[in-house]
Amino acid sequence: MSDAAANVMVVTSTLVHAKGLTKHFGSFEAVRGIDVEVGKGEAFGFLGPNGAGKSSTMRMVACVSPRTGGELRVLGMDPDVDGPSIRARLGVVPQQDNLDTELTVRQNLQVYGRYFGLSRSAVRERAVELMEFAQLTDRADAEVEPLSGGMKRRLTIARSLVNDPELLLLDEPTTGLDPQARHLLWDRLFRLKQSGVTLIITTHYMDEAEQLCDRLVVMDGGRIAAEGSPSELIRRHSTREVLELRFPPGEQSAAEVRDLAERVEVLPDRVLLYTGDGEAALSAVHARGVRPVSTLVRRSTLEDVFLRLTGRTLVD
Amino acid sequence: MNAHVLGPFRAALVAVEGHWTWYRRNWRATVISNFLQPVLFLLAMGVGFGSQVQAGEATGGHPYVVFLAPALLVITAVQNAVFEATWAVFSAFKWQRSYLAVVSTPITPAHVLYGQLLWIALRLAAGTAVFLGIAVALGAITSPSAVLAVPFAVLAGMAFTAPVVAFTATREKPDSFNAIFRFLVMPMTLFTGGFFPLSQLPDWLHPLAWVTPVWHGIELARGVTFGTLRLLPAAGHVAYLAALVVLGIVLGRRYFHRRLAV
Repeated sequence: MSDAAANVMVVTSTLVHAKGLTKHFGSFEAVRGIDVEVGKGEAFGFLGPNGAGKSSTMRMVACVSPRTGGELRVLGMDPDVDGPSIRARLGVVPQQDNLDTELTVRQNLQVYGRYFGLSRSAVRERAVELMEFAQLTDRADAEVEPLSGGMKRRLTIARSLVNDPELLLLDEPTTGLDPQARHLLWDRLFRLKQSGVTLIITTHYMDEAEQLCDRLVVMDGGRIAAEGSPSELIRRHSTREVLELRFPPGEQSAAEVRDLAERVEVLPDRVLLYTGDGEAALSAVHARGVRPVSTLVRRSTLEDVFLRLTGRTLVD
Repeated sequence: MNAHVLGPFRAALVAVEGHWTWYRRNWRATVISNFLQPVLFLLAMGVGFGSQVQAGEATGGHPYVVFLAPALLVITAVQNAVFEATWAVFSAFKWQRSYLAVVSTPITPAHVLYGQLLWIALRLAAGTAVFLGIAVALGAITSPSAVLAVPFAVLAGMAFTAPVVAFTATREKPDSFNAIFRFLVMPMTLFTGGFFPLSQLPDWLHPLAWVTPVWHGIELARGVTFGTLRLLPAAGHVAYLAALVVLGIVLGRRYFHRRLAV
């Protein structure tokens, strides 16, 4: 296949195309010109601290929030013109559940399916399949209100699938869930991905991004700070390994080890040495007579990349 | 059949179906305010208090309860509407956030509004029809043409509902809803010719009554019940009420869009 043909393939399978996309709320610039391409079958992540502009971006892609400026095409169409037609082919999992808590699990799925123009018999069947998928069958006719957070989240995801969407948008799908519930959700999302559904996920959990995303962007202050696969980002913005030296608070001796790593970060109780070989750095630390309370050699993670790019300052 | 975009009418019907699904589970909670309260009014004011009132010119020659019943039909519609147009709509924006879920489907904010208004209209129709039945059973309504008072009562109710729903869509807090009840619904109930003729009020208050949908609704409901309705005034009342409905829809479309597409 020639390069030109390959390019055509890429172009025709682009589900989301954004160029210079902006979103303002009054004088506040939530999204300040981002470029994003998401291809068919991809699991794409928006990673960033609170207020980075992830949700605003997602809402524009979901065609519920008109853009302020820039280009945006979703499924090849313009949300300003074809919002309803696009939404007919999207699944949306909002950050906050907005289930009808006074209806049953089954009714939530059926009522929602009807908004997509599906027939009563179609939504009846679909509800049964989706409850099976979300492991909610034994709660089918229970009211939603008393269900656990994990069950409500699974129901929200099941509901978003009622129209068999080509593109599924998940805004912080597992925030606030316990580890069991998160792993169950990840498993379901992974199955969807296997079945060919394109996923766009926002999260501030690094493990979630590493588990689910083929490719991601790190957003900060309404802009894209970095883009790539999780391993690319680690390679580009961090070192292979990290050596953590733990000291009693206020007794870190960063000065003595500063030259032993590519980059050294001093935290109140720890010194982090970013290095290609953690064990070698640890030997060198010991050779200099530095005696931390404890040490840890670990692989670099997306969290290191994230903190490097977006800083350690608390964002509220 | 795959997922597809619905036209405005189908979309509103599907939204009504969603409300109906809720109502089927929760209708018991609405019985007292929607059905029982107007009947208590009819018994207390019409049968109880009314027994002390002489039939005369002011009551059109009818016993007081008969004079009152068609007006209560309209008052019932407006009283039933006020909760649905304020708290229920506010909750769908803010607390349950069910509108937010709906507009991420092919349904648009305008469709959500149409569905909500259609649902309220059906609730008002059911409430007034039940009241009519009870009033007939109690002997407060004897004229067959009173059946036509039901659509007039619903129209008057919607002339109040549509602008209030639009207003609710602009609210971030529910503070003003009790004020709507106290300063709009209560005076509209008491001083628009329902319980006593408007002529008992000082002249300068009459125009205030004339702008309310309740006065127009009562004129229509009473007129059709007692066979005194003339075509031209009737057309005027209907046109005024319809204009309020249209105004509410135009504003509501704008505010629903502003609230849901941000």
